[in-house]
Amino acid sequence: MNEQHVSPAVPPVLQAHNISVEYRIGRNWRNVIKNVDLVIEAKSIHGLVGESGSGKSTLGLAILQALPRNGRIARGELRFEGRDMRQIDESALRELRGQQITFVPQNPMDSLNPSIRISDQMIEAALLHDLMDSEAAGAHALRWLERVHIADPKAVADSYPHQLSGGMLQRVLIAMALMHRPSLVILDEPTTALDVTTQATILDLLRELIRGQGAAALYISHDLGAVAELCDDVSVMYAGELMESGAVDELFARPRHPYTRGLLACLPGKAGNRRLRNIEEVAPALQQRSLACVFADRCPHASQRCRDRKPVLESAFGTIPDGVHLVRCWHWKEIDAEDDDDVVPETEDERNVPEPPADETLFSARGLEKSFGDPARISLTGKKMHQAVRAVDNVSIGIPRGKTLGIVGESGSGKTTLARTIVALERADAGEMELEGLALSSRLNRRYQQVLRGIMMIFQNPGDALNPHHSAGQSIGRTFRKLGDPPPPRGPRGREELRRRVTEMLEAVGLSAEYYHRYPDQLSGGEKQRVAIARAFAGEPKLIIADEPTSSLDVSVQAVILNLLKDLREKQQVSYAVISHDLEVIEYLADHISVMYLGEVVESGSNQEIGSPPYHPYTQALLAAAPRVEPGRRSKPIRLEGDIPSPRNKPSGCPFHTRCPMYIGRICREERPPLRRSAEGHEIRCHHTRDDLLMWQGGDQ
Amino acid sequence: MISYLLRRLGMMAVTLMVTSILIFALTQLLPGDVAKLVLGRDASPAAVENFNSQYGLDRPPIEQYLRWIGGFLTADWGVSYTAGAPPVRPLVIGRMVNSLILAMATLLFAVPLSLFLGIVSAVREGSWIDQGISITSLAVVGLPEFVTGIVLINAVAVGLGWFSASSMVNEGQGLLEWIRILVLPAITASLVLIGYITRMTRASTIEELKKPYVRTALLKGMTLRQVLMKHVLRNALLPSITIIAISFGWLMGGLVVIENVFNYPGMGSLLVTAVGFKNLPVLQSISMIIVFYFSLANLIADLLYAWLNPRIRLG
Repeated sequence: MNEQHVSPAVPPVLQAHNISVEYRIGRNWRNVIKNVDLVIEAKSIHGLVGESGSGKSTLGLAILQALPRNGRIARGELRFEGRDMRQIDESALRELRGQQITFVPQNPMDSLNPSIRISDQMIEAALLHDLMDSEAAGAHALRWLERVHIADPKAVADSYPHQLSGGMLQRVLIAMALMHRPSLVILDEPTTALDVTTQATILDLLRELIRGQGAAALYISHDLGAVAELCDDVSVMYAGELMESGAVDELFARPRHPYTRGLLACLPGKAGNRRLRNIEEVAPALQQRSLACVFADRCPHASQRCRDRKPVLESAFGTIPDGVHLVRCWHWKEIDAEDDDDVVPETEDERNVPEPPADETLFSARGLEKSFGDPARISLTGKKMHQAVRAVDNVSIGIPRGKTLGIVGESGSGKTTLARTIVALERADAGEMELEGLALSSRLNRRYQQVLRGIMMIFQNPGDALNPHHSAGQSIGRTFRKLGDPPPPRGPRGREELRRRVTEMLEAVGLSAEYYHRYPDQLSGGEKQRVAIARAFAGEPKLIIADEPTSSLDVSVQAVILNLLKDLREKQQVSYAVISHDLEVIEYLADHISVMYLGEVVESGSNQEIGSPPYHPYTQALLAAAPRVEPGRRSKPIRLEGDIPSPRNKPSGCPFHTRCPMYIGRICREERPPLRRSAEGHEIRCHHTRDDLLMWQGGDQ
Repeated sequence: MISYLLRRLGMMAVTLMVTSILIFALTQLLPGDVAKLVLGRDASPAAVENFNSQYGLDRPPIEQYLRWIGGFLTADWGVSYTAGAPPVRPLVIGRMVNSLILAMATLLFAVPLSLFLGIVSAVREGSWIDQGISITSLAVVGLPEFVTGIVLINAVAVGLGWFSASSMVNEGQGLLEWIRILVLPAITASLVLIGYITRMTRASTIEELKKPYVRTALLKGMTLRQVLMKHVLRNALLPSITIIAISFGWLMGGLVVIENVFNYPGMGSLLVTAVGFKNLPVLQSISMIIVFYFSLANLIADLLYAWLNPRIRLG
């Protein structure tokens, strides 16, 4: 780091210099982190950003000296408060852990011992380090549960982990990490496993408590929005190397490295209604050239120089006078001068797409209901059968031909059950469905071939949705054989035709013919999802249900898939129902949006209508909760209390009343709110009138 | 928990009822005519008829079943077909007690040892200790019991003269005498179990060590040993409980070979003799006892599992 910019008064909490980390694979040591520098200043939160495989979590573990058994720090200097961490002995390291250096893990559900009470796990560190006796430690733990805004600390302390929600457990883990005044907290994707409204409250909490405790923190995340909102500084990693680092406001306002620029441009929220910029995905095996810039293969600006010599970290002074801004790129100055538009212009093709006939309804569902579990019965294994879960509660939707319906909601909102009910993987308890005016059976085995072909599904995790023993060509070919119209004839001529059709389909999703023989484990995440998409399109469907189609993918890959889905919709004239917890994805793809909460549609309308007041209070909270990269935007007033209730104990009246910031009283608690409809068809299910909502929310955006 | 217990007991009763029907049906299917087997090939038709009516074998099967099960429930287990027609109950109960003693002795030896070995190999996964334990336990499981038994007899009993080779159980013998008798058969039976339980414990401990909560605990500043004792074992040993319960069922009825090698009077050898001679009263009673212990062991295992696991205990 540049010496003159380190303030001399308070030394940094952590200084990592030239750190390299290796993993042993077979007999060889493989370099996964190469010469990374990282400085965390006292009382500051440093964000570490990168996609999967960038080595960001490994770096966190290296700092904690907690690499897996086959990992080691090969080179470099690591100093914590001036102490050389690479020379420190075991017992001194244990003394630091749990007190001075603490950790908040990614997955709260698995990070606490399932068979030990919360209170006992919370006081463990205090007893271990002889900080206080068990009584004092218990009281201290209760105080801290209160500080992380847990309403009933006593009850939570006495619980076992499985009795608490993920958000609650993450609060417990945060309390554990902060309760002994650490100097450094390392947080590894602490909100990734949580719902967006919970994530927002956890980010608030972290900001308040880390700063309140005067701790420094390393916040590891793939989520640029969360980093932008929480951190002071940020470092961007790619393939084990540092690409760029600097103050958050500076770096996000003027990103210099093509990778950072690409990442920011990938965010669907920034594209508006246009095509997303993306970073072309490259098969991982191709990325192994040690002398080149690690990003060269995916970089639109790469030159021969980039492929011959690795760039060095250079200082790029930005708009903030004293800020340090480092970038590892040969061309950052030229790229910066170009100042290219982040959004790709529409291609000729897209503009010439004929508008589908106006609002001809392709698919509609009325009054769909689906419950799980029978409240009256007790099962043989002795488990009390749970109260019936009303996963989908009187839902009506309509999807016009060639249009996209976005269904958004948090986990437990019933959106996935709705999708499964539409494709008849679940049998609806009540309600009617129609495709092109023909009634659909809610039972899969009573659906005609024509209907089965007409509705296809794309699943969240392509790794699980593809049979690992079928090559890409076999997977897609199977759909042609089962659902093709007409199916390819038998015999050698049929096989040839099938092959031709599969190859065409592969090309339609941007994969070359050589992918025909690749098996899923030879494909990257994005490629697998392309194959899954090709398979869904093989039967020439009318409607495609996409359940979280990009949530298991990195942002740069997400952009590729979202573009592909948009292209295919126009070329093949299909309709989509896209289900996602991510409002940005929905806003990008959908013409019409339904917002679900606890199995009910609480608001529905056009993309435009959902994005501006009046909103349903839940929609407003969802919009406010999604972290976005907007330098300078920090304060967001609307936060929901507590977690989404279990669908088992669905609140009476308006299901949202327990968390609603606009709760008025008895009427919300006891009466089902009316559906308030605007002239344009925008619907809000709320006791407040549209005018009232507008008045409350009008000044918000 | 109480209602869970009651429900499980009810299920156990139903299981026993169903198996009693199965046992009865299967004994009917055994080849050979009982009377001819007992009285000899050349028995006169009158003697056969006499035998059949004496033991109720001329009645319809349903009546035979009801008589048997009714008697079994009221402690009247009938008389054996062997000479002198001794009552079945004292015979079977005596053997049952012997089997119980051997089973307990085996578990006392095998369980702590194999849990220890399993945990050690899990913690040292991939090391030479782990590989040594794995190879040895696998080899021992592969050896037939009569081989290990005979080797042990020759080495320890005959060669060194430490323990008795044959296990004549006498009335009123002291504890020391019992131990001398039990050691060799218990070790032989243990060798089969140890491999099994060790591998199970190793696998579940390795899996548990990979869970994120282990890292949480380590990053509090605990040593690996502390993490193991306080956090890992209470979860890792749960699956072993089920394995141990199933082993108990096997020990009660399945030790035919070992009982023969050591001449130990347990239920297994009696069962085989009864099958050979189609001694139905003995056969049926022993089968019921074995099924009873098997389901009892499983019930205890499930209760223990639920009690140790808050996710089940608290739902």
